[in-house]
Amino acid sequence: MATHQLLRGAELLKQGAEGRVYRAEFLGKPAVIKERFPKRYRHPELDEKLTHRRTVQEVRSILRCRRAGISTPVVYFVDYSSNCIFLEEIVDSQTVRDFIASTQPSSSQEDQELQWLAKLIGQILAKIHDEDVIHGDLTTSNMLLRRGSESSDFELVLIDFGLSYISALAEDKGVDLFVLEKAFLSTHPNTELLFQQLLHSYSTSSKKSSAVIKKLEEVRFRGRKRSMVG
Amino acid sequence: MTIVIGFEGSANKIGIGIIKDGEVLSNPRRTYITPPGQGFMPGDTARHHRGVILTVLKEALEEAGIQPADIDCVAYTKGPGMGAPLVTVAIVARTVAQLWGKPLLGVNHCIGHIEMGRLITKANNPTVLYVSGGNTQVIAYSERRYRIFGETIDIAVGNCLDRFARVIKISNDPSPGYNIEQMAKKGKRYVELPYTVKGMDVSFSGILSYIEEAANKMLSADQCTPEDLCFSLQETVFAMLVEITERAMAHCGSQEVLIVGGVGCNLRLQEMMGVMCQERGAKLFATDERFCIDNGAMIAQAGWEMFRSGQVTQLEDSWITQRYRTDEVEVTWRD
Repeated sequence: MATHQLLRGAELLKQGAEGRVYRAEFLGKPAVIKERFPKRYRHPELDEKLTHRRTVQEVRSILRCRRAGISTPVVYFVDYSSNCIFLEEIVDSQTVRDFIASTQPSSSQEDQELQWLAKLIGQILAKIHDEDVIHGDLTTSNMLLRRGSESSDFELVLIDFGLSYISALAEDKGVDLFVLEKAFLSTHPNTELLFQQLLHSYSTSSKKSSAVIKKLEEVRFRGRKRSMVG
Repeated sequence: MTIVIGFEGSANKIGIGIIKDGEVLSNPRRTYITPPGQGFMPGDTARHHRGVILTVLKEALEEAGIQPADIDCVAYTKGPGMGAPLVTVAIVARTVAQLWGKPLLGVNHCIGHIEMGRLITKANNPTVLYVSGGNTQVIAYSERRYRIFGETIDIAVGNCLDRFARVIKISNDPSPGYNIEQMAKKGKRYVELPYTVKGMDVSFSGILSYIEEAANKMLSADQCTPEDLCFSLQETVFAMLVEITERAMAHCGSQEVLIVGGVGCNLRLQEMMGVMCQERGAKLFATDERFCIDNGAMIAQAGWEMFRSGQVTQLEDSWITQRYRTDEVEVTWRD
């Protein structure tokens, strides 16, 4: 199997939750290969269905985002028999998570230095939601920063669309933001103000934001309201 | 030397345990079991607890071989949980604290589970999967808080299993979850059920409503057996739990997993988590039913940690609350 041969010679970058990520060259270009290998803990039927569905959803969502002008890695090739996606490698980049951690080393105070980042993330999320793409796994590890064409600004690249799907429902977009909020606040303590700025940027950039923010508030309350017995 | 007595009764289990510097001296418990097809209601549960609590208290003291004078602190479950049972137990805790002249400590139930898990397994800094009838959370410690990384956005996994048990009238003795586990072992056919993971969160109400509707239809059409349904439900919901745990581990860079809470007793869940851990080179920690299921000693243990780090609950603050998030508590006993 050609893909497996290629992977054997490739450099393993990491083993994320979804699968393994390798670096290799594909048709002369630096590429990242995302391999969703079978998860032995799952029932084989469940595993096959889930893995295939996620591969397909990921590729579809990336393509849809790209058509709308949102920065994501380019999809070079998909091998459906091994559930491998060959993507453009985003070189000279850093995850937003690492970026925040390096500019905000301790949790002491809110840094106004990161306000531009909050604004940028809000704008990009507004764009993908206006395209009815639900990322499904928004975390600061799934956002990359790389230098834009002008050396002074940064470009935000979204990655990891494995849990993504298409939906116009405000509820789904609200949950998408809720997932990010939880991931954000639990990974980067004391960034409540920063996240507020992110939401504000989202509201002003998205045409359908008010319903989404309302749903976000509902979903937040749902978690709080739940009676935790046992 | 510090001896703490812990009172737990937030759901249908009433337990009182005594801990002395990391040693469980006693941990008796009673469970309020309802007939098949029925869940437990707050009023009836409180009544059950009222009926047995003093007997259990006596057992706890006798088994530990200590006198009230030896106790340093009285810990009780402040929340979260069901109102009436929580009140019932808190009243007894307040009363004995005053009777014996000992300080009180209101403990967060979820933290009780975590601290007991840490004590028994000696896990260093694990990603914690807390799964029970009332809670489903993925927790990791960071900067003086047990932060919730992922959780259910609607019902707990145990609640989903318990309510499914009611639909097909599985016995609640010793617990619906245990009986589902035994039946699942005999299941052969995998039935496709909705699988819902949203980032690091999960949702069970969809799969529950699906299986509630489909169960009776499929069973009467002979498309599958109740054992097949138990098997398929477990395989699906447990896969969801393993997945969100794995995500949290990847995000935090953690190499340890600790499962706590009643659903953590389930050997299939432990097995699946073990496979995932093996594939990542991580280590799995789990306890047995003495400590997975709600018990008094876990409250005593969390109380022990809190007390030793200087916390105390004044009488006027010793109320209970049905909603009490794990991340609300300042973890003063860890750095």
